[in-house]
Amino acid sequence: MEAILFMTFAAVAIGGAIGMVISRQAVTSAVNLIVVMFALAALFAMQDAHLIAALQVLVYAGAIMVLFLFVIMLLNVREKEGRATTRNSTWQIVAILGLTPVITPVMAFFSVADVAHAPEAPADFGTTAGVGKILYTSYLLPFEVASVLLLAALVGAVILTKTKLR
Amino acid sequence: MMDIQIPDISLSAIAPEITLTLTAILLLMLEVFAANKGRDHLGYLALGGILLAALLTTRLVGDPVSTFAGSYVVDNFGTFFKLIMLLAVGMTVLMSMRYNEDNGVDSGEYYAMLLFVTVGGFFMASGADLMTLFLGLETLSVALYVLAGYTRTRLASNEASLKYFILGALSSGFLLYGMALVYGGTGATKLAQIGTAIAHGQVSAPLVAAGMLLMLIALAFKVAAVPFHMWTPDVYQGAPLPVTAFMSAGPKAAAFAFFIRVFAEAFPAMQADWWQILWLLAVVTMTVGNVIALAQDNVKRMLAYSSIAHAGYLLVGVTVASEAGVSAVLFYLLIYTFMNIGAFAVVSVVAGKGEKYTTFADFAGLGFRRPLLAMTLAMMIFSLAGIPPLAGFIGKFYLFMSALEGGFVWLAVIGVLNSVVSVYYYLKLTVYMYLKEEGSAVEASTAPFSPAMAVALVIAVYGVLAIGVMPAGYLAFAKTAFLSF
Repeated sequence: MEAILFMTFAAVAIGGAIGMVISRQAVTSAVNLIVVMFALAALFAMQDAHLIAALQVLVYAGAIMVLFLFVIMLLNVREKEGRATTRNSTWQIVAILGLTPVITPVMAFFSVADVAHAPEAPADFGTTAGVGKILYTSYLLPFEVASVLLLAALVGAVILTKTKLR
Repeated sequence: MMDIQIPDISLSAIAPEITLTLTAILLLMLEVFAANKGRDHLGYLALGGILLAALLTTRLVGDPVSTFAGSYVVDNFGTFFKLIMLLAVGMTVLMSMRYNEDNGVDSGEYYAMLLFVTVGGFFMASGADLMTLFLGLETLSVALYVLAGYTRTRLASNEASLKYFILGALSSGFLLYGMALVYGGTGATKLAQIGTAIAHGQVSAPLVAAGMLLMLIALAFKVAAVPFHMWTPDVYQGAPLPVTAFMSAGPKAAAFAFFIRVFAEAFPAMQADWWQILWLLAVVTMTVGNVIALAQDNVKRMLAYSSIAHAGYLLVGVTVASEAGVSAVLFYLLIYTFMNIGAFAVVSVVAGKGEKYTTFADFAGLGFRRPLLAMTLAMMIFSLAGIPPLAGFIGKFYLFMSALEGGFVWLAVIGVLNSVVSVYYYLKLTVYMYLKEEGSAVEASTAPFSPAMAVALVIAVYGVLAIGVMPAGYLAFAKTAFLSF
């Protein structure tokens, strides 16, 4: 059952990713990306990472992608402006499928990577409480550095768009 | 209710980082007041913060302190890099004041961004956890993307910022993917734990190997090693001159700190796998950097390729990975900071308003027009070329010696041959300065330079001479830095 669900969501994620890359309309690309985000959220949920799954939907599929869509619609991006080449997308799909025999052995090589060494997940793994606990204990410093990073990024965005030079 | 064990937090260990961050925030707040617009004193405030941070950093020299549940370690290795970064940012602030005035940069946020880059670099130098290292690298990079595009009216500056952002984001993706695979393979994010897990063979080797390779690619991008160097010339040429000077020294040192710490602490057991890759990377980087530099007619671009070549020399020390090799890298980075920022500082004086004069022809006759300035540049250039008794020679000497001692004879030979090649393009600039007639476009480039710029140049000259003549003290410190982890 789990394997079937995994395969389904993985297929949806990959399909959405391919759709995002090859579609000619910016809006279609964005909607495809939302599909990818949802499928990823489902995969996270299957790994017991419930908080990450919820955040994936709320932050990525929700907030960020909606913002993307707004920007695309406001700027009214058309097909011609969006891309440099107009190569036939069937060839792109053929190329991806052609690479499969090359990629599959590589993937097989990694999947023998035995999971036996993976440490046992703690009982509260993936819950909000569990994530919060490690965020304020073993990852306290990275958590604080993230705030400096966000401040720098925020100020930087304003500088690049709004600063006037004399 | 669950019990949470708050880890040991040593605020004194991160006091320099706190100082820099608070100074940056203070600058952002003071910038709001109109009275502070475009005045030098914000720069001097930034400088005050940098000096205070330097003081606090020197107090941390000594036994390593591990804090924040082992995700941050203050040891002499990190402290050495932090001091290099403070030196770089201090000299950059000094050379920025005049430049900002000439180019209409209102300065509060500019200095704040410089400080954010430095804070990010600090976390890269002392991070002992993949998460800390990554967030430090991102803080540094994001602030640098902004700085590269700061003079928005210049098209080249916009191009530099956009190119750097897109390629930098891609390389961050590689780094994160590599870190995820390493975590998947070892179940740890702390460098020390990764190291022990690999040494005891309790890992899935394919995942760790793939993760290490991806991280290697991203780090090679950050230090601008060939073939991941494509962004360097355009970004260095397009970014405002003080930013270019800073980028070539401070963030590069931080990237090397990251590089060495990860490979020496997390992957020492896999040295047999990675030394050949690094060997090749070092050889290709020096050779390509030097050969392409020969053909440049823009001084800024020439210095960009020269910085690629220097990354190649530094990779020699990383490849050797012995005590001598790593301490030679530290020592060389210190020297490189003095001489490269010094060279860029002179170029920014000559370039003048809007960076109009940066070709070789614009330097023609500089030796007669501005003898002192030309002499300073000549000194930096000779040091970069590695001519005794200047510091650059001593630095290269120890780097190539460490390669010989470690048994990497060919690496040393190729390195020495490369520095012979580099003499050609460095001397070309001196020939222009002293042996060529003045061009027609030079009259505007004789702007008097500010006292702050003079201080920056004096620091550079002092560094190049003092380390060149009496290297022992600096080298001893570099040696203790290696032994600290």
